Amino acid sequence: MAVSADQFDLPRVLDPGFSRADRIFHGSARSIAILVLVIFGSIGVFLGYQAIPTFHRYGLRFLTEHDWNPGLNKIGISATMLGTVEVALVALVIAFPLALGTALFVSEYAPPRIKSTLVALIDLMAGVPSIVYGAWGFFLLQPYASYVGRWLHQNLGFIPIFKVDTDPHAAIWAQSRYYGSAFIAGVCVAMMVLPIACAVMRGVFSQSPLGEREAAYALGATKWGMIRSVVLPFGRGGIIGGTMLGLGRALGETVAVAIILSQAFDIKFRILESGQNTISKLIAERFGDATTVQLAALLTAGFVLFLMTLLVNTIAAVFINRSRSGATTEI
Amino acid sequence: MSERESGSMVLDDLRLEGETDASGARLDAVNVSAWFGSAKVLDRVSLAMLPGTVTALIGPSGCGKSTFLRILNRMHESVPSAKLAGEVQLNGQDIYAADQRVTETRKRIGMVFQKPNPFPTMSISENVTAGLKLTGMKVARSDRDALVERCLTRAGLWKEVKDRLDEPGGALSGGQQQRLCIARSLAVDPDVLLMDEPCSALDPTSTRRIEETIRDLMLDVTIVIVTHNMQQAARVSQWCAFFLAELGTPGQIVESGPTKKIFEEPSDPRTADYVNGRFG
Repeated sequence: MAVSADQFDLPRVLDPGFSRADRIFHGSARSIAILVLVIFGSIGVFLGYQAIPTFHRYGLRFLTEHDWNPGLNKIGISATMLGTVEVALVALVIAFPLALGTALFVSEYAPPRIKSTLVALIDLMAGVPSIVYGAWGFFLLQPYASYVGRWLHQNLGFIPIFKVDTDPHAAIWAQSRYYGSAFIAGVCVAMMVLPIACAVMRGVFSQSPLGEREAAYALGATKWGMIRSVVLPFGRGGIIGGTMLGLGRALGETVAVAIILSQAFDIKFRILESGQNTISKLIAERFGDATTVQLAALLTAGFVLFLMTLLVNTIAAVFINRSRSGATTEI
Repeated sequence: MSERESGSMVLDDLRLEGETDASGARLDAVNVSAWFGSAKVLDRVSLAMLPGTVTALIGPSGCGKSTFLRILNRMHESVPSAKLAGEVQLNGQDIYAADQRVTETRKRIGMVFQKPNPFPTMSISENVTAGLKLTGMKVARSDRDALVERCLTRAGLWKEVKDRLDEPGGALSGGQQQRLCIARSLAVDPDVLLMDEPCSALDPTSTRRIEETIRDLMLDVTIVIVTHNMQQAARVSQWCAFFLAELGTPGQIVESGPTKKIFEEPSDPRTADYVNGRFG
């Protein structure tokens, strides 16, 4: 008797009974998703495979050597990696407050009529080709930004990164010493980072729950108080995530940086001084006349950049996902 | 003299004097009309809400009682198309007067919402003191712990959360969250507490706890509560106003008076129909 009772106490096989349309859609959506993963993975594998001969030939010196001089058989990307990070960080430091302020204004303060126009304009900024930003940066921004550079040098020159190898107080100052610097390239890249970071932040801010907003107002909060206690904590994940996505963009930016930066292969922390390099610029400029060995080295540099961007974007994704789940009042 | 008569007599006296030992404030709505865009939703509503009493606003959905409640602490104007006429007087002073600051008004007239809305990123004790921070009131650290305990005790939540004050407010149950919201409103020491269907999302046990809390608070704070639950209105309120918006017309107060009278001896047949469950 007990045996037969146990027979009925086994988990049943549950068949959800999907319709054919459901199964077809499920199948095609899944294959597209898999295709994306396969493409992404194969880019990584291809770059990684190309990197093998380079590491075989140069070993870890490839990562520590700062010069890129195939004639002397010196090939390395330490200075270039540093330059990439410098330009991206300058861009981020400038773009972050601008994006945060713009996103807050658009989502909290802007009257509805201005709002849609503003959103469209910011989205348009993301659509401007980077060559246009590059030309703008080189011809229009650079002459003025060099004054900012000199001012920073004069007033904050005691901080090593703001040093420039010239006399800032000279009657006829060496303006060209401030041209083609990581700072100017960073300002230009910031214009490209801004719309991405702003769009993510704005999206998260506008989702902050009405109930909590009203709770803050009903306690006697000012608008800024409400923003500080409700919108910013709710949007924290979006602020960090949007910034990191922007950083990913900044790390890979090529054309504008290639136009503005004057090339140098020195390990240099001075962001205001002329001469710097980034990985994407290096690849873009050396690709055309590269030998097989150099080409492999360039692809290796690309692999390093791929990993850097992947890391940053992954961290961004983690933050964005976390912000959605943990911060609602649903009961 | 019957018990009912004596009950309403006491209240009538109380309303005539306008003075009791209760420490809440007197709130008067005078000819309040309201619009959303061009649609009029309230038509010349006048109501006195006295210290030491719980005033219940009852009526079917869409009759404007929540709008009226939100007018009482200037939450109404946060809706872009909202307009209003008339006055709301807090101890005789019009809260919509040009020299009145909206933040100060809302601090003195607190509000508890239909859906519990604690700040989820803040701990339980931070939630209680959130209003102090938001209104720039400075409280010493030592006083703050006492304040948190006092507010949570008054809201009937202290015993349940005293060992986990640092846990997030969002981790509490719905009923506890709502009492946390009441504690948060009490922390800024309001004169009036408005409650917009505070129990409609809660289970019966939590509802009973909140009703007990309301009874405990009524001597210190003037309470105005919107409710769809007739029994609740009968249980917690001493004064009752019946709102109705008949087809195509803005909401009005059909009748207001001592709760007992509204429920047992209403003067308007529509009130009788509503409180006896014949419509709404």
